[in-house]
Amino acid sequence: MNIKQSVGFYDTFERSGSPTRDTHYCAGCGHGILHKLICEALVDLGLQDRTVMVNPIGCAVFGYYYWDVGNIGAAHGRAQAVATALNRTLPGRVVIAYQGDGDLGAIGFNCTFQAASRGEHFATFFVNNATYGMTGGQLAPTTLIGQKSATSPAGRSAAHEGYPLHVCETLDQLQAPVYIARCSLADTKRIMQARQAIRKALEIQRDGKGYAFVEFLSPCPTNLGMDAIQAAGFVANEMEREFPLKCFRDRSAEAEPLPAPVPAPSPSEFFAGDAADAPVAGDDDFVEKRMKFAGYGGQGILSLGIAIAEAGRFAGRQASWFPSYGPEQRGGSASCTVVLSAKSIGSPDATHPDVLVCMNRPAFERFAPTVRPGGLLICDTLAGVTPAEAPAGVRFVQVPATELAEKLGVPRAANTVMLAALATLGATGLPREQLLAALDASFAKKPKLIPVNRKIFEEAGAWCREHLARAGG
Amino acid sequence: MTKFVKGNEAVVIGALYAGCDAFFGYPITPASEIAHAAAAYFPAVGREFLQAECETASINMVYGAAAAGKLSMTATSGPGMSLMQEALSYLAGAELPGVIVNIQRAGPGLGNVYPEQADYNQAVKGGGHGNYHCAVLAPGNVQEMCDLTLDAFALAFRHRNPVIVLADAVLGQMMETLRLPSAEAPRPATADWAVQGDAATRRNLITSIFLNAPMQERHNQHLQAKYAAMQREARWETYRTEDADIVLTGYGISSRIARTAVDTLREGGIRAGLFRPITLYPFPAAALRATVDGRRIVVVELSCGQYRDDVALQLGVPADSLTLLNRMGGMLITADEVVAGVQARLRGAVCPSPAADPVEASDTSWTPDCPTATAP
Repeated sequence: MNIKQSVGFYDTFERSGSPTRDTHYCAGCGHGILHKLICEALVDLGLQDRTVMVNPIGCAVFGYYYWDVGNIGAAHGRAQAVATALNRTLPGRVVIAYQGDGDLGAIGFNCTFQAASRGEHFATFFVNNATYGMTGGQLAPTTLIGQKSATSPAGRSAAHEGYPLHVCETLDQLQAPVYIARCSLADTKRIMQARQAIRKALEIQRDGKGYAFVEFLSPCPTNLGMDAIQAAGFVANEMEREFPLKCFRDRSAEAEPLPAPVPAPSPSEFFAGDAADAPVAGDDDFVEKRMKFAGYGGQGILSLGIAIAEAGRFAGRQASWFPSYGPEQRGGSASCTVVLSAKSIGSPDATHPDVLVCMNRPAFERFAPTVRPGGLLICDTLAGVTPAEAPAGVRFVQVPATELAEKLGVPRAANTVMLAALATLGATGLPREQLLAALDASFAKKPKLIPVNRKIFEEAGAWCREHLARAGG
Repeated sequence: MTKFVKGNEAVVIGALYAGCDAFFGYPITPASEIAHAAAAYFPAVGREFLQAECETASINMVYGAAAAGKLSMTATSGPGMSLMQEALSYLAGAELPGVIVNIQRAGPGLGNVYPEQADYNQAVKGGGHGNYHCAVLAPGNVQEMCDLTLDAFALAFRHRNPVIVLADAVLGQMMETLRLPSAEAPRPATADWAVQGDAATRRNLITSIFLNAPMQERHNQHLQAKYAAMQREARWETYRTEDADIVLTGYGISSRIARTAVDTLREGGIRAGLFRPITLYPFPAAALRATVDGRRIVVVELSCGQYRDDVALQLGVPADSLTLLNRMGGMLITADEVVAGVQARLRGAVCPSPAADPVEASDTSWTPDCPTATAP
């Protein structure tokens, strides 16, 4: 007998470790038919060397012993995520996800839905046989009402298991897919229609036009407890009644291929622009400073801390900044800790800060008792702290930061006033010019604000020189 | 050249210098800034960034890109990491390289977004099914958030294995000076195993199934041999241990706090030192044994003793013979608490419990256990 050699297949199937020409599929199963249609189409379209197949779980888990293309096995339900990554990282290749109803429609349905919604550039071939094949005839999302399965022994009931899932109809609600069709493998006529749908889906991939989805109603005689003829009849009659054959969508004529990628700089070119040279000084005379900044969110607490830490970097110091974050940053209060040192910084936290800046009363109440004896406590006058309340052994300074900022026309610049106060008091151990440079840097994205903040820095500095003595002086 | 950045941003910079082709992620506090920076920087240098629909999808996208021989990564925190465990097992089983960054937050369950180190066992022992290991790197500062992420890719491709960068909320959120990497890493060769949709790789196959049990056993033996070979990748750092009478040990943020405690203890006349593992898997066991060498040891961690148990295992001593100084639930242990704990250990006293914040008194029948284990 002269049987035509199928193309696109390996000559032998080595699943069991020894070469054989027998398939592992049962007589009357749809998988073998579908494998053959796909492989022939890939060869006819000249795509065999451009194709990566994402293999499923279930009976077709060993698809890669048959189709002679690049093969990857995916976890249960995740072929669409795997195919997404292949499409995104292998431009110009043809990617196919081959999945059954449990894989695609149950555990993996969100991955399917989202990949389709993103309009990923790959083809999905979805085998719907209304049961779980390799696992042993359990309820599938597409099991028909009344159909018995190992896990619905009395038959699927709408009240208990819900209705069969209509995958094509669901995906047809989405904007992105280019092609959606449902076919059948029940008889020769239907197989020829399926052949056309497969070619359409692969041509869309060849041309880089987008997401193509083809469902195949497929017989599973073994788990239906039928012979091959009965199973094909079940597909053509019972299944088709629930899942009508249809081309839901074909937008392949209008779909535009992806634009070619544009040249981009390398990381070293990209990051070179905004990095300042700053050799780390080994000056052991610099006394490690731990500073805490606290107030309401919106008072510029976090950016004040960053400016001082950045100034530390400009001055060649080790610097760390650790913020309050998470729900706290949305709940009103904000705080951060800055550590400046000549050597590697250990804890970025400050249980007993050398300097504490409080922009409001709650910050004072929470943190003032923690200031190290001999340390410095600076409060915005608005916090309403009296000198009598300040902890003993701590230098207490009040600065009308908010008031000065408002008077100078920028109410949000109270943090700049505090920076000037810290500079005037010599509280950070950093040179004034580095603090100013860091102030400028903090407005790198809003350069228009640099002059006004410099002005506030100068005027606040003048106020401080008039009203405050230098720290330790 | 330096840049003042959050640890989370440093991760992305390290990844790009490593040559990372694609970032797949799903936002979660306190790791979200990694996705933010990746969304900004990856496209800017012609690489792929995609926000996935969930962490399960993210890590399976990493699987897909890795199968194509591409450098890819994801980043998450506890709940997302738990969702990724199945795919980590698949990556290990299929011998695929990928980098997963975990900015640990407090658990279990939803927990909160503050720092903890309680995903230690999940990362180091393997939270997925089967006999497998991920390599686990534990950065201790913002520089290492960059450098170890960069190294993680080389490690992942050298061994064709997933690599976890196990950081924590403090390291992710804090800013420090970052020295940019001096050069981009060379691209690893992958054509002999990856599936790239071309004639050269057409007959390559990526899978983790061997239905034939003897073949699956051989595959397991091959993986175990690979993990044995990975042991030479162990890295660690010691600080002031040469003349130390007592050795503190911790990783990540705990090591930073312990380092400050070491300095404070030495100012008080106690010769303390620090042993910090940089790789948690492989564990630098020989270096730990050589450093401890009969000296007293105190373990500092933000978990219930998960790291302590490994230290005990490697030293061959009962876990409860080691002093554990820890906090949990998002509470950061302080250097003062560590100093007090070490002093108590040296006095042979029961460690003082770090001052627990007051708990709402709605249920007076429940008394939290002392978060600090007793010392002999």
